[in-house]
Amino acid sequence: MNENLSRRNFLSRGSAALSAAWISAHWPAVVAAAEHAHQAAKSSAPPKFQFFSSEQAAEIDAIAACIIPSGETPGAHEAGVVYFIDRALTTFAVDDQKTYRDGLPALQIRARELFSAVEKFSTATPEQQDKILHSFDNHTAGGRGLYRAGNASSFFETVRVHTIIGFLVDPDSGRGGNRDGVGWKLIGRDREHMFQPPFGYYDKDYAGWQPNPPDAEKTKA
Amino acid sequence: MRPDTPKYKTSDEVDFVIVGSGAAGGIMAKELSTNGFRVVVLEQGPYLTEADFVHDEIKVINEDLLTNKPKLQPTSFRKTPNEKAKPQRALVYGRCVGGTSVHFTANFWRFHEIDFVERGKIGPVPGADLRDWPITYADLEPYYTKVEWEIGVSGLAGASPFDPPRSKPYPMPPLPVKGSGVIFERAARKLGWHPFPAPMAILSQPRAGRSACVNCGFCLAFGCEVGAKSSSLAAAIPVAEKTGRCEIRPNSYVHRIETDSNGRAIGAVYFDEKRNTHLQKAKAVIVCANGAETPRLLLLSANKQFPNGLANSSGIVGKYLMLNSGGVATGVFDHPLNDYKGFAVSRIIHDFYELDHEKLGFYGGGGMDARFDITPVAFALGSLPPGTPSWGKGFKDTLANNFTRTMELFGHGTSLPVETNSFSLDPDLKDAWGLPALCLTYKDHPDDIKLSNWLSQRALELLDAAGAKQKWAPTIGEQQFAVHLLGTCRMGNDPKPSVINSDHRTHDVKNLFLCDGSSLVTSGRGQPTMTIEALSFRAADRITSLAKRGEIT
Repeated sequence: MNENLSRRNFLSRGSAALSAAWISAHWPAVVAAAEHAHQAAKSSAPPKFQFFSSEQAAEIDAIAACIIPSGETPGAHEAGVVYFIDRALTTFAVDDQKTYRDGLPALQIRARELFSAVEKFSTATPEQQDKILHSFDNHTAGGRGLYRAGNASSFFETVRVHTIIGFLVDPDSGRGGNRDGVGWKLIGRDREHMFQPPFGYYDKDYAGWQPNPPDAEKTKA
Repeated sequence: MRPDTPKYKTSDEVDFVIVGSGAAGGIMAKELSTNGFRVVVLEQGPYLTEADFVHDEIKVINEDLLTNKPKLQPTSFRKTPNEKAKPQRALVYGRCVGGTSVHFTANFWRFHEIDFVERGKIGPVPGADLRDWPITYADLEPYYTKVEWEIGVSGLAGASPFDPPRSKPYPMPPLPVKGSGVIFERAARKLGWHPFPAPMAILSQPRAGRSACVNCGFCLAFGCEVGAKSSSLAAAIPVAEKTGRCEIRPNSYVHRIETDSNGRAIGAVYFDEKRNTHLQKAKAVIVCANGAETPRLLLLSANKQFPNGLANSSGIVGKYLMLNSGGVATGVFDHPLNDYKGFAVSRIIHDFYELDHEKLGFYGGGGMDARFDITPVAFALGSLPPGTPSWGKGFKDTLANNFTRTMELFGHGTSLPVETNSFSLDPDLKDAWGLPALCLTYKDHPDDIKLSNWLSQRALELLDAAGAKQKWAPTIGEQQFAVHLLGTCRMGNDPKPSVINSDHRTHDVKNLFLCDGSSLVTSGRGQPTMTIEALSFRAADRITSLAKRGEIT
């Protein structure tokens, strides 16, 4: 069983904040939910693609690797983003199938227009790949993303959003993305779901609440 | 385990049918069933429990696990009533047992005395119909205290010199301070402002069989898997169900209030999960369906006797919508705050609650909080500094550096009540059940925009004083998306410019009551849920008295 979700860890990390009554009342439900996620996560790297052909998968993998490149730290490729997208297109992102079906041939055409010798996007050089993708990039990102994720319309923007989701989604959610939690590791998010203060640099030496000066005038702007 | 609860027949005339189980409906159900009444709560969404509250951003945000479903419930938007509205996602609200209180941020400020009497103090504001409430802060104070003690609010009484009077301290100490709170507190004091621990509807200590917050970091937009967030689902509905007199009936989409020839409500008509239609009979109907769905239901209930919609003799059902103004700035710091850990907000200020409108040249006021409420995917898609590449190495490097080092400042301010800002029925667009969809018409009053920009400037000033390495504030545009849904069936003594009286009874239908964000007369300074809940406690008291005196039916 996933280390994070074992009862022992749950109790040792969270016991200070949890009431015994709550644990006895709710533990079975928490275990059930965690087990479900864990089982799903275990089977999260399908050996076969459900939506993509292996050729298409190689193209998507290459695009994703441009969006979040590998290097000193893992990128979209290592996070298994292509598996995540494949699964997404038969589950929560069914509506985007056409975008991918139409987009992949268009990408190939664009690649040949720009570089006549290039057969497939995935076999182009990194510099060529960057140029090809920049020709699609319409810079549609921006704003607080909470309710905007997944509303992309163009092929590239769709792949971009799916790649980011696949890289950063909860690794224990059973979606097949963020494999081994590499996305969270990159951004510095611990994989646990339970924390105790101090949380970071600025609160670790906090001396405790000091009242506002009693003689303070209420300012009025 | 949920207790066995009654299953009332639809033909069984219960005392009250409550439409909606959210912040207002959940408390209404708790209070009325505790007071001995037989209650059916009709909730359009499913009955989810803590086991369903996962941290999967796709399921929760993209697939709207807890919220209204744009595919089934399309909406439209326009700026002014003369335009043809375009189909567009126009609002978000909770659509499950517990309503929006399941996924809210849980900022729980009380309104201040000024919010109830501001028109009397400053006079009319051009372009708006600002009015005073028929009740005052003092009328509501005991009920604010009830919310804090019975629903569960953490905070520190007396910490803010701007706080209104209170009869009791908070039942629990404030939640721990976060990095964003420490930075905020130090910088605000440097500027001569008065930061204080944020009152939050999240338990800092175990209480009533519920866990304290475990700081999981999936708070805003998510349901709480340990019951620490004081939603109606966690804090009110279990009490209602325990009485043995309250039935929560999920997946029940109410689309008409039925009336008899005497103009009395006889019950609520709803679709069940299989889209079969039922009429739940009741002696009185209480609509707590939120500031968008409550007016929509009244408009959908139009009949020969009430051709403009139920309880709409004033013609203002759905109008005077207020969304609250805002202002936001983001800062990046040298060291990791790890502010993703924990609830959203730990420190706020109320120094700008009442501004000098004559000096500044605009009406309004607001509070400000320090927060980080953004989950990893949402952060990568929307929270990097302007000019950051949206993909490639530059994107990855900034993302890797900033996630733990970013905090936000949120202004929360007034919106003025403008008649043309409204929720109405779209003449063409239909939902999946074939009923007219919600149309949002909204154009911020110019003073609301000025206030938002002014608050953004204060936020930048604070980030400057805090030594942020990088800081930015987006330009404030006119709002096209509704989260706070306020004022659309407002309260008043005069039946012409209001829909309900101070007992929450509609002026037109004696046994029809409304209580939720739609009841608000002014918008407060953001953070309306605390007041919605206090109103619900108070309304339940009023309705109980009326019922016991035989003055409802």
